[in-house]
Amino acid sequence: MNGAAPAVVVRDLVKRFGDFVAVNNISLEARPGEIFGFLGPNGAGKSTTIRMLCGLLRPTSGQALVAGLDVAREPERVRQNIGYMSQKFSLYNDLKVIENLRFFAGMYSVPAAELKERIDWAIDMAGLAGREQLLTGTLAAGWKQRLALGCAVLHRPPIVFLDEPTSGVDPISRRLFWELIHRMADDGVTVFVTTHYMDEAEYCNRLVLIDRGRIVASGSPLELKEKSMAGDLLLVECDQVGKALEELQGAPGVTDAAIFGNALHLVVGSADQAIPQVQEFLAARGIAVTRIEKIRPTLEDVFVSLTSLNRNEGNRDEGDKRDKGDKTVGTVTGREKGQP
Amino acid sequence: MLGRLRQMLIKEFLHVIRDKRARFLLFGPPIIQTLVFGYAATLEIKHVPIAIVDYDNSQASRDLVSRFQASRYFEVRRIADRREIADLIDRDQVNMALQVNSGFARDLGKGETAHLQVIVDASNSNTALVGLGYVNQVAQGFARDFRTAALQRQAPALAASLPEIVVERRPWYNPDLSSQWFFVPGVIGNLVLVIVVTLTAFAVVREREIGTLEQIMVTPIRRTEFILGKTIPFFLIGLLDTALISLAGTLWFHVPLTGSFLVLAAGTVCFILCMLGVGLFISTVSATQQQAMVTSFFFIMPAVIFSGFGSPISSMPVFLQRLTYLNPLRYQEVVLRSVYLKGVGFEVLWPQMAAMALIAAVMLTVSVLRFRKSLE
Repeated sequence: MNGAAPAVVVRDLVKRFGDFVAVNNISLEARPGEIFGFLGPNGAGKSTTIRMLCGLLRPTSGQALVAGLDVAREPERVRQNIGYMSQKFSLYNDLKVIENLRFFAGMYSVPAAELKERIDWAIDMAGLAGREQLLTGTLAAGWKQRLALGCAVLHRPPIVFLDEPTSGVDPISRRLFWELIHRMADDGVTVFVTTHYMDEAEYCNRLVLIDRGRIVASGSPLELKEKSMAGDLLLVECDQVGKALEELQGAPGVTDAAIFGNALHLVVGSADQAIPQVQEFLAARGIAVTRIEKIRPTLEDVFVSLTSLNRNEGNRDEGDKRDKGDKTVGTVTGREKGQP
Repeated sequence: MLGRLRQMLIKEFLHVIRDKRARFLLFGPPIIQTLVFGYAATLEIKHVPIAIVDYDNSQASRDLVSRFQASRYFEVRRIADRREIADLIDRDQVNMALQVNSGFARDLGKGETAHLQVIVDASNSNTALVGLGYVNQVAQGFARDFRTAALQRQAPALAASLPEIVVERRPWYNPDLSSQWFFVPGVIGNLVLVIVVTLTAFAVVREREIGTLEQIMVTPIRRTEFILGKTIPFFLIGLLDTALISLAGTLWFHVPLTGSFLVLAAGTVCFILCMLGVGLFISTVSATQQQAMVTSFFFIMPAVIFSGFGSPISSMPVFLQRLTYLNPLRYQEVVLRSVYLKGVGFEVLWPQMAAMALIAAVMLTVSVLRFRKSLE
């Protein structure tokens, strides 16, 4: 890790599977010690990009430099410099905690002199002290996931790729996990993480929003919230939310409408003008508005307004809908195409 | 790096030890198959149940029936009415029926041709054929003795001067013609085939299925190290199984290992290499453990049938006989039985070994190339 040199550089990266373009001309840079968030709906190309950066998939074209090394040319040297955790929990359930650690330490050739210290560190980090002899399969999801992280960073890689690391674990485990990520970043490790949890995106130093293989926006969470919305955001509480949503789509002055919880968020040109207009519009259709005001956009609003989620044709699958619950607008199901 | 390979091997052995199915595969089939082929499976046909109805009830017919009763090839059931025969055969109580009609002794006494009727359940064509042969043997023996006795009564001088041919049987390598001696060495080949192919295929496919393959592939492990880590354990297990079954064959079933252990080991090594190639190949064409199971099955069944393990290759149609040259088990069966019973060495068995080595080289090259590609 030499100071200012970027940890990850991606130039014009493209990945096609047959006719399907999973990753379409992506370019980005992640700096050392940065928590770099990769945000997008399922099927957007997040996993495909990460898999290319780890050397698991060959790019169709374009270049990826990780730790200054060309992934296509020196995949084995790249691998010594990275840690990777996939969406699927991928440790050996039939091995004990300590056996998994020893195995991955062996794979990364952790020097014998450091072995004990690194394994103790990983056990401590995962909160698994005293449970070293348990079969990994018997651990709860949160522990497994921290153990997986421990296994992935035993060799102190300067760059860590985490592909939806927190899917399927409880909120407390998620928070613990993010504390670990922050601690690693404080130590100068570049953390490249994909997620579709908005609260997690807020923890990132920098975000890239990707949709259908393309980058649609990038910047810090704050920048994204301030710049990426074309116009103002209104919160509307009313009865018959479903009907209101239907009516408001395409209503004069309303760029976009989506359900958030039990209210509506509207994107409008200017709040001052739109508030009376919308009130009148809804009243004329027999919908009683209980509250309407201008609000500050959240990342979720940015996400929805910039990605295909607000069109009823997005690639969404069941797991994703469950994660977001009632905030989901798009309902079309589809498998994530980036996974061979 | 030796360290990485060592860790791979430790891990693979832990998987085998902890996985119920793998553990069963390691010890279940060897025990079951050795017992089955050691005790139950036999090519010999003995104790054929036969119903005999004697309408003649003469001294000659009683003599004939008692010959059947004395034979170890038959289990005689006397019946009084021929109408029982159909029912007995339908219910599988007898496989054959012999009917001696009245007038049998009279015809013999007059020097005329005497007829015996044999009914056989030919739904199992093999037993039927062999049973008919046995009946023929007993009847011919009876006829010969009857003729000799008659001749002796009428012309003792002529009878004494009649030439006779006696067949002296000298069954080499297996003097008692024991099926056990045939099957126990043969079953070693089958077992190694089943165990090595399935364990190898599963070891890779399972990792692909649960996602750990991807996790390993982002570590700096080399493809070669990974492939060695996935094959060495099953190579050793194949050797161990061969040794165990050989030991059981010698100590328990008393099948003599006449030839050299070294020759046996050399053949086994070539054979296991072939099986590793097949196992790896199956792992490259199967995405799930279920697919691997089905694919292995499609290989194992024909491989065993067309190996000469049970039915001789020389009785197969010429086209299929040629196909068996592609089957490694075919060669290994020859090696196993020849080393065990005939005690021959490399000077005789080198073509078998060369064939297996060639198949192993081709299979392993193709599989490893395919396998490497599947890891990309």
